Amino acid sequence: MKILVPLKRTADPDNANKIKIGAGGAKIETTGLEPKANPFDEYAVEASLRLLENGPTKARIAGDKLTIVSFGPKEAATNIRQALAMGGDDGLLFHADDESLDGDLVARALAKVVEQQKPDLVVLGKQAVDGDSNQVGQVLAELLQWPSATFAMSIELSADKKTVVVGREVDGGVIKLKLTLPAVITVDLRIVSSKSVVNHVTPATFAYPEGARFTPLPMIIKAKTKPIVEAPIASLGVDLALKSKYVSFALPPARKGGVKVKDVAELVQKLRTEAKVL
Amino acid sequence: MSKILVVAEVSAGKLKKTTHSAISFARMAGMPFDVLVVGHGVGAAVEELRAFGAGAVKVADDARFAHYVGEVFAPTVSAAASGYAVVAVTASSFGKDLAPRVAARLGAGFASDIAGVDASGGALSYKRPMYAGNAVASMQVTTSTQVVSARQSEFAAAAPSGGASPVEAVAAVDAPLAGRVEFVSFDEVKSARPELAEAKVVVSGGRSLKSAEGFKTVLEPLVDVMGAAMGASRAAVDAGYVPNDLQVGQTGKVVAPKLYIAVGISGAIQHIAGMKNSKVIVAINKDPEAPIFQLADYGLVADLYKAVPELTEAVKKIRAEG
Repeated sequence: MKILVPLKRTADPDNANKIKIGAGGAKIETTGLEPKANPFDEYAVEASLRLLENGPTKARIAGDKLTIVSFGPKEAATNIRQALAMGGDDGLLFHADDESLDGDLVARALAKVVEQQKPDLVVLGKQAVDGDSNQVGQVLAELLQWPSATFAMSIELSADKKTVVVGREVDGGVIKLKLTLPAVITVDLRIVSSKSVVNHVTPATFAYPEGARFTPLPMIIKAKTKPIVEAPIASLGVDLALKSKYVSFALPPARKGGVKVKDVAELVQKLRTEAKVL
Repeated sequence: MSKILVVAEVSAGKLKKTTHSAISFARMAGMPFDVLVVGHGVGAAVEELRAFGAGAVKVADDARFAHYVGEVFAPTVSAAASGYAVVAVTASSFGKDLAPRVAARLGAGFASDIAGVDASGGALSYKRPMYAGNAVASMQVTTSTQVVSARQSEFAAAAPSGGASPVEAVAAVDAPLAGRVEFVSFDEVKSARPELAEAKVVVSGGRSLKSAEGFKTVLEPLVDVMGAAMGASRAAVDAGYVPNDLQVGQTGKVVAPKLYIAVGISGAIQHIAGMKNSKVIVAINKDPEAPIFQLADYGLVADLYKAVPELTEAVKKIRAEG
């Protein structure tokens, strides 16, 4: 089985409050923020590896393959390399300025990549933590006319590898959908829980550590020799026109901190007489 | 004249309150609107929706729509959207899944999870929070049809305006993908508490509660005496103490209640993104340096295991006194 994971280079989401707005509100400046892989895409890499290996030994199932693809600046190769160190086999990087991309264009470009690569599954994060658009997976599925499941918290691959049952975390509960491959899956946080991915090769008793895997030094060294093919995004023959335009950016209104209260009694009193919410 | 098509959200035939925010968006955009209901056995939902001043309530009522499956809904919604300038839905998990699919089918630009709309400049301008709400973009969609998902916490639920909109049947459109996606089950988490996105009071817990048991024994009594919805930080969800649909934050629910009580939550950026527009914020945390105190109206530096039961008792007493 072959899986394609699209991965976005984003500014460190844990320091997103340090972004600045350029002169006249023209752009968002992320200078000084460490570029990291979008955390949900990293989870997509982890989930994909769990589909493709025997958990206890991490041995790859014969013939299976994981390709990482990214659209962004040349520096995004570093982030692809990190995913290869986790266990990806090869990478594709299509050069583009972040400002010239949006979710719709990325989905259309991805559709072209899928035509070339012919994966059985595309697994990606439910949203990127910079643009927060939450649309690439859904648009890609429609363009490809592939079945899809968004917000996945569990994936069970059938023994014959023809279908997946995906648990979707939605308002008020979990919906399970059975998809016939090839398909698109977007992942949510819980996909990296210890038993969230079932591939019928990893023993049912095996529990993964929570979260995306740690990459030991030998894997990092090995990843340096794995191939990353780079090309301009225009080489995909996709219309580069965007369907929306960002007119300006601003910082949100700051919220002022209030007061510290000394105990519960004072808190209750303030909530009753001052805030009038009790 | 250009019109908006509001896509209603129904579950098991019943209208979901999320729909009222998309209607509120349509009213704020200042254009006439119709409402589209796609579902099965939705008669009561349709009746309810006739009172909101829509030009028409369009209905695709068919057994194939008994459960929401994006691949099955999108072709019918897209066909019904023909001729509309804007297709609007609330950015619930339903809207977040459906809207980009409809945009893709229509070749339309998509404004996702918007927090405001400005109709004054001729073209619609949308306010979009980005980077976990640390930047707010003003953006426009440049295609002839636009698709919008509206953030529930920023578009107050529309109230009925009276009248009785005419009802029009809409044909269900065949979905070529229907044979490759099968609805298996919906495990509903039943709760007597208000829905997180709609509650006037939200009490949220963080990792300091240490376990599912901690949420149950320490936090839940406060939640219930307050008549509140329960929320959680991503750290608490990651640790498996509570389900992900209770997560408040950038990648969970965005809430703006009258009162938000953060218990044992340090205030990571991605959590703040989900609650900073609450009217009154209370933080209880034993770490005086916790970032949550920088935006809390009332901060209490205390051990939550002591303070929360005390607060619960105090509120109980106030409630008993009426």
